[in-house]
Amino acid sequence: MTAMKKFWNNKTLRSNTITYAVVILGFVIMQTLSSMGMLGSAVKGYLVPICVYIVLAVSLNLLVGVCGELSLGHAGFMGIGAFTGIVIAAVTAQLIPEGTVRLIVAMAAGGILAGAVGFLVGIPVLRLRGDYLAIVTLAFGEIMKNLINNMYVGIDEAGFHMVISTEQMKLLPGGTMIISGPLGATSIQKLATFPMGFALILVTLFVVLNLIHSKEGRAIKAVRDNRIAAESVGIPVTAFRLKAFVVSAFLAGMAGALFGLNFSSLTASKFNFNTSINILVFVVLGGMGNILGSVISATVLYVLPEAMRSLQDYRMILYAVVLIVVMLCTWSPKIKNAIRAMPVLLRERFRGRRKEAGSHE
Amino acid sequence: MKKILAMVMALLMVMGMLAGCASGDAPETTAGTDSANTGGDGAVTPIKIGLTGPLTGSNAAYGLAVKAGMEIAVEEINANAAQNGGLTLEFRAEDDEADGEKGVSAYNSLKDWGMQIFAGAVTTSPSLTIAAETLNDQMFMLTPSASAVEIPATGSNVFQMCFTDPNQGASAAEVISKQWPDAAIGVIYDSSNPYSAGIYNGFAEKAEELGLNIVCETSFTEDSKSDLSTQVTQCQDAGADLVFLPFYYTEASQVLTYANTIGYAPTFFGCDGMDGILTVEGFDTQLAEGLALMTPFDANASDEATASFVAKFQEKMDGLVPNQFAADGYDVIYAIYDACVAAGVDGNTSTADICAALMEQFASMTFDGLTGKGMTWDETGMISKSPAAVVIKDGVYVPMS
Amino acid sequence: MKILQYLVNGISIGSVYAIIALGYTMVYGIAKMLNFAHGDIIMVGAYISFSVTNYLGLPAILSVIISMAVCTALGVVIEGLAYRPLRGTPSLAVLITAIGVSYFLQNAAQLIWSSSPKNFTSIVNLAPLTLFGGQLVITGEVLTTVLVSILVMVGLMLFTGKTRTGKAMRAVSEDRDAAQLMGIPVNRTISITFAIGSALAAVAGVLLCSTVPTLQPTTGAMPGIRAFTAAVFGGIGSIPGAMLGGILLGLIETFSKAYISPQFSDAIVFSVLIIILLVKPAGLLGKQIQEKV
Repeated sequence: MTAMKKFWNNKTLRSNTITYAVVILGFVIMQTLSSMGMLGSAVKGYLVPICVYIVLAVSLNLLVGVCGELSLGHAGFMGIGAFTGIVIAAVTAQLIPEGTVRLIVAMAAGGILAGAVGFLVGIPVLRLRGDYLAIVTLAFGEIMKNLINNMYVGIDEAGFHMVISTEQMKLLPGGTMIISGPLGATSIQKLATFPMGFALILVTLFVVLNLIHSKEGRAIKAVRDNRIAAESVGIPVTAFRLKAFVVSAFLAGMAGALFGLNFSSLTASKFNFNTSINILVFVVLGGMGNILGSVISATVLYVLPEAMRSLQDYRMILYAVVLIVVMLCTWSPKIKNAIRAMPVLLRERFRGRRKEAGSHE
Repeated sequence: MKKILAMVMALLMVMGMLAGCASGDAPETTAGTDSANTGGDGAVTPIKIGLTGPLTGSNAAYGLAVKAGMEIAVEEINANAAQNGGLTLEFRAEDDEADGEKGVSAYNSLKDWGMQIFAGAVTTSPSLTIAAETLNDQMFMLTPSASAVEIPATGSNVFQMCFTDPNQGASAAEVISKQWPDAAIGVIYDSSNPYSAGIYNGFAEKAEELGLNIVCETSFTEDSKSDLSTQVTQCQDAGADLVFLPFYYTEASQVLTYANTIGYAPTFFGCDGMDGILTVEGFDTQLAEGLALMTPFDANASDEATASFVAKFQEKMDGLVPNQFAADGYDVIYAIYDACVAAGVDGNTSTADICAALMEQFASMTFDGLTGKGMTWDETGMISKSPAAVVIKDGVYVPMS
Repeated sequence: MKILQYLVNGISIGSVYAIIALGYTMVYGIAKMLNFAHGDIIMVGAYISFSVTNYLGLPAILSVIISMAVCTALGVVIEGLAYRPLRGTPSLAVLITAIGVSYFLQNAAQLIWSSSPKNFTSIVNLAPLTLFGGQLVITGEVLTTVLVSILVMVGLMLFTGKTRTGKAMRAVSEDRDAAQLMGIPVNRTISITFAIGSALAAVAGVLLCSTVPTLQPTTGAMPGIRAFTAAVFGGIGSIPGAMLGGILLGLIETFSKAYISPQFSDAIVFSVLIIILLVKPAGLLGKQIQEKV
């Protein structure tokens, strides 16, 4: 009993447990429905992308919500992970026949490369702050997209080829193209599965929640709230920011690899500014620094435009309206107060009417 | 605490939403076949055809044109169904935003609606992702306008209504070498677009073989297409007297306008994506005078079928003149319908059986449509039709001599 | 010789970026928010001008004025409905709302004007200047855009420097709370900022489409991002910085296309941007503000 109470009073432990519980519950419900054949093709198709976007949102939340760094290039890291994962999965096709193992290898490779790029980019870039950091990350995302768009990767008996134009790409007969420039990667073997997506969410939650609640996490938050004060008490600010940046890039890369291996073809234009912005919308709407919030808002905002398909031409405009209204309702102090006052107001009016009625008697 | 409660509530709501979709849609798919059996009364169960295309975003013009073309064909077919044994069609289009991921979602939601034949997608990326799904689902796919070679290569169930990009590039090179053998050629293409880059690659290969004199090759990207003046200047600088523009009319009108302002007047040569340039609202068609292009469709053609299609399209789309996107969409529906009638399938036939029957029909049939006469398909799914090379004179297409 | 033509081309697109960036930077400097919907207001401005000349048959100059009036009203309404309620919340919240507004404007434009591209007829009636026997052509659009952007820049600098409202704007930008305490109507000042910013967007839209005639619901999006980049490049919040950033961005873009690689021009432009920001972390003309505890 006291253990229960102790658990309930430990705020961190409680919120972590709820986060895990919600994710596990969601997985179990969807998996059960799926195995009972109660899900339509559309809903089944959403499952892996939702997992991917949850991981992206949570990892971006580490950067934006917890560290307070605005990044507009998260899709760039996702793209690096996706194309690395695709190439690794294609190259190791003979070596590792087992799909799940190959998927894990591909995801790990995608994560590691994205993390490494994050590290290289992070060292110089993290000197900048606020909107300047935002524009540099945006620039990074655009550069990545432009590079991948001009990349040709193929494999044949002579080995692995990577060039920047079709003329230079001379594959031996029997060789296959893995990435062909603007056409992107084609004939990808779809290895991604929902349980794997779920596992990736758990890994992400584990990494991110532990980082937030560790000593380092508290330091990171101190840096966010007041960098100069944190620096003056001896917190190595840059090291912490870099660590969060790399972890976030790593997780985005893993998610990207899962995403890339969920479709039979993929183009670099997917990883544009709009995708970065969408992930940012998930984070802000779910609440900055609120991990469970990111999980839920990623899910809701992914499903919402799909659920509104029946509205045809008015779909995207309504999505925009919903986005604005939700932002106003969750952030505006005035509107929030008005909503909070609503029950009281209603009660009073109700009471007032009853009183009036009573007086008539 | 309150916050967490709210979150959990929100999550439950989503679950409800998902389950709602699931339970709402799942019976419908079965309903399609159930009601078919009980349909009775000698009425033929309609076949459900689906399309995905960009209905919003920067490529919406193309998607909406295909959609309208298909709707016109479906309306005509359903009005005259009695002549063809009463077989009618049901049609539905979903938005894929020209994106592979959204394309799969759109395709899946069409499947939940009960789609039996897929008549999309409009652009290349979603077509590639969806083609693999159709192969997996044993569903017949005929894309109106996604022209990458890789699309029909996905599976034997995937067919194309348009030319493949490298083929078109190669025929462009052939036409140029015949008509302007001594031309100094400049090329501008969109290196971030698979359609444009695909044509360019086919063109470059053939041009080398034919020994064409290419003096300038330059490109732009999706993100930098708001300024094409540099590319035009490059061609001018290199002394190109013929400029090949393998991209859509939307960007081409920019090139023509800028070239005109700086007084650069080479022969411009475009591909099927150029069709539509004369219909851009506000465009001075004088600028397109002398523009050569290869197009499968001419909205000014005098034959009755084209005239009636153009009239119906204009009525539907607020006076807009249809381009090859719309015509390809129209042809796709008729080709599918003709094949269905010939194969004797209807809405009761299973998707896989329809697919097998149509594959057989398409490999052997000859189809006459708005975008060509005597079209045939080979077993890989690629179409063979001859692109007509035309020149714009006095605002209309004139066949090249 | 062609290097001069590229220079002119670069200045041409650069001055378009500059005039968009001026609006961006002004709104940012005073309201402290990244108005991602700015590019879409430009698009609306261009559509209004197009409709007025093509459907109502009114003269071009009148169309610009009407377009400015409509965009001003639109800007004020957007600010009042979508941004004002979020005053005092983290700037990210307003950023997301701005993105919502951007989606809204694009999709509304598609419903109103349809998605088929329109070809904007240039409102500039100047004959192109032909120099060196046709080697170098400077179009009337280039001259007009450069002239207008310089005028706008000077006008804005004078306005914020000399007038009462302009000074109020600067005060609000320096310290909103202190300004409020000094009796400056903060909300009204910010509204005026949006009104001016949106009127500028209308002008920018007309000039953008006079230079690059294709008009679609997404026309404003990419130039908007480029202009935002230009504004940061020059030091966001700085009016001459926006001008400088815009022109430089246009030049870098054009020269990298012409002399290095058109395929990789996006990557080159953004790499240069990153390098410059690393050397000058507050942009070319931005003030490096020393933070205090």
